[in-house]
Amino acid sequence: MTTQPLTGFSARVVALPKDDIDTDQIIPARFLTTTTKSNLASALFADWRADATGKPRDDFPLHAPAAIGAELLIAGRNFGCGSSREHAVWALAASGFRGVIALSFADIFRANALKNGVLPIEVGLELHAHLLRAVALDPSLVVTVDLELQSLRLPDGTCATFPIEPFAKRCLLQGVDELGLLLSYLPLIEAHEAARR
Amino acid sequence: MTTENRTLFDRVWDSHVVAHDDGSPAVLYVDLHLVHEVTSPQAFSSLDARGLSVLRPERTVATMDHSTPTLPERLAVIDSPAREQLGALERSCEKHRVRLHAIGSPTRGIVHVIGPELGLTQPGMTIVCGDSHTSTHGAFGALAFGIGTSEVEHVLATQCLFQHKPKTMRVSVTGALRRGVGAKDVILALIAKLGVDGATGHVIEYAGDAISALDMEARMTICNMSIEAGARAGMIAPDDVTFQFLSATDGAPKGPAWDAAVARWRALQSDADATFDREVAIDATKLEPMITWGTNPAMAIPITATIPSPADAATPHERTARENALRYMDLVPGEPLLGKPIDVVFVGSCTNGRLSDLRSVARLLHGRTVAPGVRTIVVPGSERVKKRAEAEGLDTIFRDAGAEWREPGCSMCIAMNGDKLTPGQYAVSTSNRNFEGRQGKGGRTLLASPLTAAASAIAGRVADPRALLREGARTR
Repeated sequence: MTTQPLTGFSARVVALPKDDIDTDQIIPARFLTTTTKSNLASALFADWRADATGKPRDDFPLHAPAAIGAELLIAGRNFGCGSSREHAVWALAASGFRGVIALSFADIFRANALKNGVLPIEVGLELHAHLLRAVALDPSLVVTVDLELQSLRLPDGTCATFPIEPFAKRCLLQGVDELGLLLSYLPLIEAHEAARR
Repeated sequence: MTTENRTLFDRVWDSHVVAHDDGSPAVLYVDLHLVHEVTSPQAFSSLDARGLSVLRPERTVATMDHSTPTLPERLAVIDSPAREQLGALERSCEKHRVRLHAIGSPTRGIVHVIGPELGLTQPGMTIVCGDSHTSTHGAFGALAFGIGTSEVEHVLATQCLFQHKPKTMRVSVTGALRRGVGAKDVILALIAKLGVDGATGHVIEYAGDAISALDMEARMTICNMSIEAGARAGMIAPDDVTFQFLSATDGAPKGPAWDAAVARWRALQSDADATFDREVAIDATKLEPMITWGTNPAMAIPITATIPSPADAATPHERTARENALRYMDLVPGEPLLGKPIDVVFVGSCTNGRLSDLRSVARLLHGRTVAPGVRTIVVPGSERVKKRAEAEGLDTIFRDAGAEWREPGCSMCIAMNGDKLTPGQYAVSTSNRNFEGRQGKGGRTLLASPLTAAASAIAGRVADPRALLREGARTR
């Protein structure tokens, strides 16, 4: 069993430039009573999308006409903090997001994202501010993500690299099935158990 | 592998590394895998789809806590997705021969309450759960951290995880805590100091005489909220307090095995010359009861302080965050939180739903009543906590005071089970997260200690528990 290899993509960007967006905002807990990973798109940012009466808010960035079909989200610092719910990543993926650009990520969110082929793209303050300005000026702007080069390129030629640990990169590029790989360690796992007994 | 200058974390980590190939993370062995209904169904289905089984059912323990009702009569009306999710856990546990503490079991409870209570949590172990508050178990000198559902599947199938070694941070808390100031106040003060991402990528070791002086339940409260500063885990070196607690549990080794275990556990300390990637110090003598005013746990202030102003923020980002939080909370900078009228008090959760927490609340509620119009809900962390509290008559104190005494579960901490705030309500809550809508859409959470929650319930407003403590217990 392998997963779909990911080498890169070009996508439009929708901006939600807040810091500390926690996973309770990404998907509120009341949507977690599910036994599948699908059908979570409508739960993404549910409480920010609708007003008190449940009516969709026109001023929510993801509802802007230019945001429809955007496959990259740009947020602030510490994206995905709080609960470990992988549903946050599933909801993003179900909504078509292939990556999140942020100044930093919470540890568990980053791990969950990588396991679902949603790229956590960590950028510096300068590129972050530049990209936010560029997207505000032209919401139809398309940026290009290259995983091999670990780069993010804007149409104006601005290019920045982002960190990704080599193992996760290899798994994504080659579509490595992590569980399959772990299973190959079973003899060593059993030896470890025997040694500690 | 070096044998000296090692931290407590290094010792536990090193002894669980199965393999560490070049260019790959370590393959880390997991001693105990805790499972609950919300983050496990997709892992079990995926396991089944691959035709795999649970490698070590004896190292896997499941409970039902997140979506379970806390009113007995609500069992019949719990919504059908939640019921289906509980059913899925039951079927998976039966199929894979995993111990399940299901509804009706006398040992059921919040996953981070029952682990320690049943003696499953032991020093030196690696413990994971699809739940960020797994850091709780670090209070016993275990390396315990939250994982996502994909990783839950990995552990079910292999009892292992690919893990990068985190950095270390030592938080030294020294001096004696003043009266009315407890573990919850220490951890809220630390999170306020570090920020919500101040410990990202780190495992915290809590040390110092103020930590040693705490009982196990207070230590669990501290380790529990490590994640709220972004930490991977929180740990406290085991000592006689730890061993005393463990000796009374069902799961502890007995007889000669106990002595051998204690001898082994005593070695779980950081060496005197061990170095940490970061050191932080907290002066316990200066701490006051803490309360949050905003929408993340770092937005906390001493209860006598005024609500911070966006104008005083250190950075533009911080200013915007404060403005957003004040708007959501409908609070005014410069005003005190003390005296702010409240609608709900919630006592419970994996942070503060243990017997000592309930005793703290009962101590203030005894002979007093909660203010009219303030709904006060007390939710024990487990069936055992409930039983022990009732044996001490705490339930009577709560009911006599006008509070509701509920069935165990996560309840209003995560508001998945029907227990929730309505939009605009203010709640003083002993739980761990004040994120927007965490306790119900539009609800506004003020995180505080059990003592502060009790004092606020009585006053009907945010109240400093120290005044009531000075007054002492009241008799009718």
